[in-house]
Amino acid sequence: MSEKPSAFLSRRGGATTLCFAVLALIPPLAGWLHEPFLIRQFIQIMAMGLAAMSLDLILGYGGLVSFGHAAFVGLAGYTVGILDFHAGDGSLFLGLIPGTTNALIAWPAAIAVSMLAAALIGLVCTQAGGTVFFMLTLAFAQMVYYGFSGWTLYGSDEGLSMGGRSELPLLDISDNTNFYYFCFAVLLLCFLAMRAIVGSRFGMVLRGVRQNERRLAAVGVPTRPYRLAAFVIAGGFAGVAGILLANYQTFVSPGDLSWTRSGELISMVVLGGLGSLIGPVLGAAAYLLLRLVIGSYTTHWAVVFGPFLILVVLFARAGLFGFVVRGREV
Amino acid sequence: MAEPILQTTDLVKRFGGLVATDHVSLSLVPGELHAIIGPNGAGKTTLVAQLSGEMAPTAGRVRFDGQDITDLPMPRRARLGLVRSFQITSICPEFSALDNVAMAVQARLGHSFHFWRNARTDPALIMPARRVLEQVDLAARADVPAGLLSHGEQRQLEVAIALATEPKLLLLDEPMAGMGREESQRMVSFLQTLKRRYTILLIEHDMDAVFALADRISVLVYGKVIATGLPDEVRANPEVQHAYLGDEAEEAAAAEAANA
Repeated sequence: MSEKPSAFLSRRGGATTLCFAVLALIPPLAGWLHEPFLIRQFIQIMAMGLAAMSLDLILGYGGLVSFGHAAFVGLAGYTVGILDFHAGDGSLFLGLIPGTTNALIAWPAAIAVSMLAAALIGLVCTQAGGTVFFMLTLAFAQMVYYGFSGWTLYGSDEGLSMGGRSELPLLDISDNTNFYYFCFAVLLLCFLAMRAIVGSRFGMVLRGVRQNERRLAAVGVPTRPYRLAAFVIAGGFAGVAGILLANYQTFVSPGDLSWTRSGELISMVVLGGLGSLIGPVLGAAAYLLLRLVIGSYTTHWAVVFGPFLILVVLFARAGLFGFVVRGREV
Repeated sequence: MAEPILQTTDLVKRFGGLVATDHVSLSLVPGELHAIIGPNGAGKTTLVAQLSGEMAPTAGRVRFDGQDITDLPMPRRARLGLVRSFQITSICPEFSALDNVAMAVQARLGHSFHFWRNARTDPALIMPARRVLEQVDLAARADVPAGLLSHGEQRQLEVAIALATEPKLLLLDEPMAGMGREESQRMVSFLQTLKRRYTILLIEHDMDAVFALADRISVLVYGKVIATGLPDEVRANPEVQHAYLGDEAEEAAAAEAANA
């Protein structure tokens, strides 16, 4: 990194392009292999990958270890699910808001809910740093979790089934291939947006926060507003991921916003490579595919995954993405 | 005498029964290089922390540039132009030297809620940052991660970061800390070039440096300013000789005794 920054950057760019190229080729590959199941699997990978990428924004760049990130993913999913539920029986949410299956209404609402929740939770959590921040995010996420698992109208622990995917004008996303390419486009756009953010002045402050907060304060940058803004932005992107995930599953449940899901997201980020944005997508792919493959032999798949994660952390500090980038170095 | 740019009135800081800052009243005029010296444990670090805004005084006021800043936190003071460097190097180790300085430029230009434009190719940040690096002789090391610079270079970078904020008052906390003889001399001649262009409050251990640079010197002992004046006056002050230089002599004797 120190010696040839331009070569490093181009390798990084090359690896990123390769990742997206592979993702773009999954549907024809699935057709060729007669494995339509692959399309569904990779929709899930892209949705979880986007959630992990949004976590990387605060975890990898800002050094903010949030253990409640799944809450923002799940809140957006529930927003889509609840609006779908009320559209189904014509009732009103809280006796006030009619339901809808229209993506152009439901999705912005879902993102707004995630960002609003992130703003409220972040307002409290960003007062502290380190372990306290970590514990506070976990505590709030658990509150959200118990809120939904006790909400009988929306299925409590059982979760809430949707009538189908949201409806978009011009594009029928109930078709899996269409939905696949739609998710691909969303992932790409979100990646480009986040990459711009981490390279901007805001992003430089965020990276500085992780490295040396006192230094920033000494030159006149009060760090808290930036930490809070990053938390809200990450919450918004997590919301986008939640929308994709809910539509992929046509089902939402408290499991989507549980602390174990937050832990999975952290695993994906660490596995894929902190502070690389695209790495977490690789991490999500590795995590979900490993679970699929090993899970077909044993239900105790974590026994294999755990040591694997430890090995990656020990031998590839920069995660799988760092390994890929380094591995091409001569 | 001109209106002071920095003035403390009866500044007191107590930690339980210990009085670390004992009614310190300092006054700096614009353009001067004022040095604060004192033996170890005199309360220099505590004083710096109160001037920079990291620590609230128990009593007393701090005025800067015509404004009471006693209750302002460090970032607000920095934006008013009261900017410090750290005794123990405080940089962003993964950022390049240039990034570190550009961050200070960015802070000076206002808030950083700019989300799209690439900061590393923004001439409004990069050009002033490069100029400052040239000033401190680090231009050739601009792209090296700051954590990989030598100790001396990191000390230079520390000063460069402070300069890039275009401060009205530079608060330099032992800029020569941990430097070799040659590096120290280079830093002294560099500070010589800053003199008159900036108002500087220099906290320093290195006596040669202080007497070579300072317009006025204040001597801090046990939290108290026991003398303030021109270098020659301070040197001749019997109280200073007793309290400060005597202390060092005693320390030296103690060290010798320990070695024997």
